[in-house]
Amino acid sequence: MTDTHDTPRTRSLRLGVAGPVGTGKSSVIAMLCRKLNEEFTMGVITNDIYTDEDARFLRSAGVLPSERIRAVETGACPHTAIRDDVTMNLLAVEDLEKDFAPLDIVLVESGGDNLTATFSPALVDAQIFVLDVAGGGDVARKGGPGIARADLLLVNKIDLAEYVEVDVEQMVKDAQSARDGRPVLALSKKMPDTVEALCEWVRQLHAAHSRGVHTPTDPGPMAPHFHATDEGGYEHSHESGDSSGEHAHH
Amino acid sequence: MSARASLTTEHTIDRAGRGVSRVYGLRSQAPLVLRPTHPKSAEPFTRHATNVARVSLTSGAAGPLGGDHFELEVRVGRGSTLVLNEVSATLLLPGARGGLSQMRITITVEDDATLVWLPEPVIAAEHCNHVQDIDVALGTSSRLLMRDELQLGRHREPPGNLTQRIRVRRVGRPLFQQQLTVGPATPKWRSSAVGGGHKSLGTVLVVDPDWGGDPPSARILAHGAAMFPLAGPAVLISALADDTLTTRRLLDRGVAHLGDPWASEAAAAPSA
Amino acid sequence: MTPNAALLLLADGRLPAGGYAHSGGFEPTARLQGLNDAAALEDFLEGRVTTSGFVAAAFAAAACAAAHAGNIGRLGQLDPELDARMPSPAVRAVSRALGRQLLRVITRIHPHPVLATLDPHAHQPTVFGAAAASFDLSPQDAALAVLHETITGPASAAVKVLSLDPYEVHSALARLTGLLDELAVRAAAHALDDPDQLPADASPLLDIAAEHHRSWDVRLFAS
Repeated sequence: MTDTHDTPRTRSLRLGVAGPVGTGKSSVIAMLCRKLNEEFTMGVITNDIYTDEDARFLRSAGVLPSERIRAVETGACPHTAIRDDVTMNLLAVEDLEKDFAPLDIVLVESGGDNLTATFSPALVDAQIFVLDVAGGGDVARKGGPGIARADLLLVNKIDLAEYVEVDVEQMVKDAQSARDGRPVLALSKKMPDTVEALCEWVRQLHAAHSRGVHTPTDPGPMAPHFHATDEGGYEHSHESGDSSGEHAHH
Repeated sequence: MSARASLTTEHTIDRAGRGVSRVYGLRSQAPLVLRPTHPKSAEPFTRHATNVARVSLTSGAAGPLGGDHFELEVRVGRGSTLVLNEVSATLLLPGARGGLSQMRITITVEDDATLVWLPEPVIAAEHCNHVQDIDVALGTSSRLLMRDELQLGRHREPPGNLTQRIRVRRVGRPLFQQQLTVGPATPKWRSSAVGGGHKSLGTVLVVDPDWGGDPPSARILAHGAAMFPLAGPAVLISALADDTLTTRRLLDRGVAHLGDPWASEAAAAPSA
Repeated sequence: MTPNAALLLLADGRLPAGGYAHSGGFEPTARLQGLNDAAALEDFLEGRVTTSGFVAAAFAAAACAAAHAGNIGRLGQLDPELDARMPSPAVRAVSRALGRQLLRVITRIHPHPVLATLDPHAHQPTVFGAAAASFDLSPQDAALAVLHETITGPASAAVKVLSLDPYEVHSALARLTGLLDELAVRAAAHALDDPDQLPADASPLLDIAAEHHRSWDVRLFAS
């Protein structure tokens, strides 16, 4: 990376949060900011479909100084903004890192789109994919690049499971089998142990990133016939991650 | 027909020891006639200075016509204040033998000087073919309020061809530059991106060095009117409407948002 | 040999420079003026391309010529001139944001010394011109690429803003190709003008629409 401001001192852990509309991405980000505020200096970039509503929600939640929450407008193309044309987001992240240096973590929230949208490794170092039980118990089994290969899959709002008749255990099990051993966390903001598990995952990721042992991987595009046992899919995602180059850490 | 008119003002001290702005070098050539007038009360936009120079321009009964070449040169000398207005609207007409009519206005406002230029609307009659060039050179501490209103065609009449170029530079650097071309030779001036078929449009440009890098912020005044802070100590108020009265009202509304001293003085000045 | 392929690369809307997020003033204009069909879109595009699009094209041509000549001083004069031609602060901000994004992309995909001489917040036409020069394209190529983007950006946005038949939208674009070629020639003729003589065609309704758009709480596009 040639940009002078992208030095190790100012380079944060860039963590993407993706997932379908209404699964609780903004809430997860608010939760992380609130819980990790004292350990890490954080910033947030939101990607909205319409205007800067998510940024405003987070500002009004008061979890961070409001100037550390910035919105990128994606022109009705939230998937483009995090995947094929990341320039706006990349500049927004770098500006935030520069203006509030040193930041430990920048969270990038994708615009709620669909199951196929994942972050490019040119933009983030790692990504969380958020599902919720209200979306139906079979969503995890259906898979998709985010569900199968994001660094972490969250099954959110598990406190609602009984009302929507979803078997959380089964949903998590389905997710695990779709993810080839990558982590899955069941989450409810009403269950402190699940919140702590999420925070702990972020802490370990940050530690690995700081030590330079974390390598961004790419969930890759939707693979129509992907199966959990398909080693090729796994290898492929590694390749993409390595070839991105830009965010490998020196 | 060709005509040239020019005027210069200077700041001087009168017998009572007060600073006054004085007109000198007033030069008229029919039909461009400049006439000093004497303010009875405080002038608009001049910080209540009573000793300002006031000049009215008359450009004849009708015209310029095709073939006419008019030139007006105004120099507002260091520290002086000039209020320049007009007796009546300008009606652009085609000449008997066709041809282009031209009006070239060159204005210099020196340091610590103020120009308040409030011309009446320019009406582009059918088949006119006119080019208007306005060139303004400002110093670092010059103040300017300049109004410009165009009516595109008389009542129920499409306009002829009109090109208007406005160029304002401050200490040699560009501050505001726009060219508007309307009429049958440029059908796309009616596009929803340009003029949208509005019959009347106008601007007020205000330059106030006291704003520094922080002029009043952008504001929407109506569907077709807004005020814009320029990249410098200046604001442009821009309005499009179906008649000149509405345009004037929208421009005045913008001026009322400029903050002191512009706003309060506008309120006190019926002629603005 | 003319580097035609480089021109296509530069003009391609898929160049990851963030253009997809902008409607070029079409979203607010459609709402403010009640535009609702392909004919209204075409009228908008023609107005935009012959005014602010033409200005941008002439500045891109001038930047391209300056970059070819290694005239860094002249490149630096273009942005203040563009500022003076964009009364709306929203329009200025978008032009500089798009310029910055384009500069970032071109610097990464095709490094060239001239790019390093640009202000990181240079206006889009300035960057476009310098980028075109870095690919050895001509001022007229630079102008054409800018004109192309001037109409294709709002056209793709229009399909999302209104319920338009995409074939009709592209028919309009097809009809405008001749105008684009003609404007590119005219714009390139200004490539060596003194900066203060470069075109300054106004689009007052676009300026006003841009400020309306900034004030909306809900919008699909960033401009």
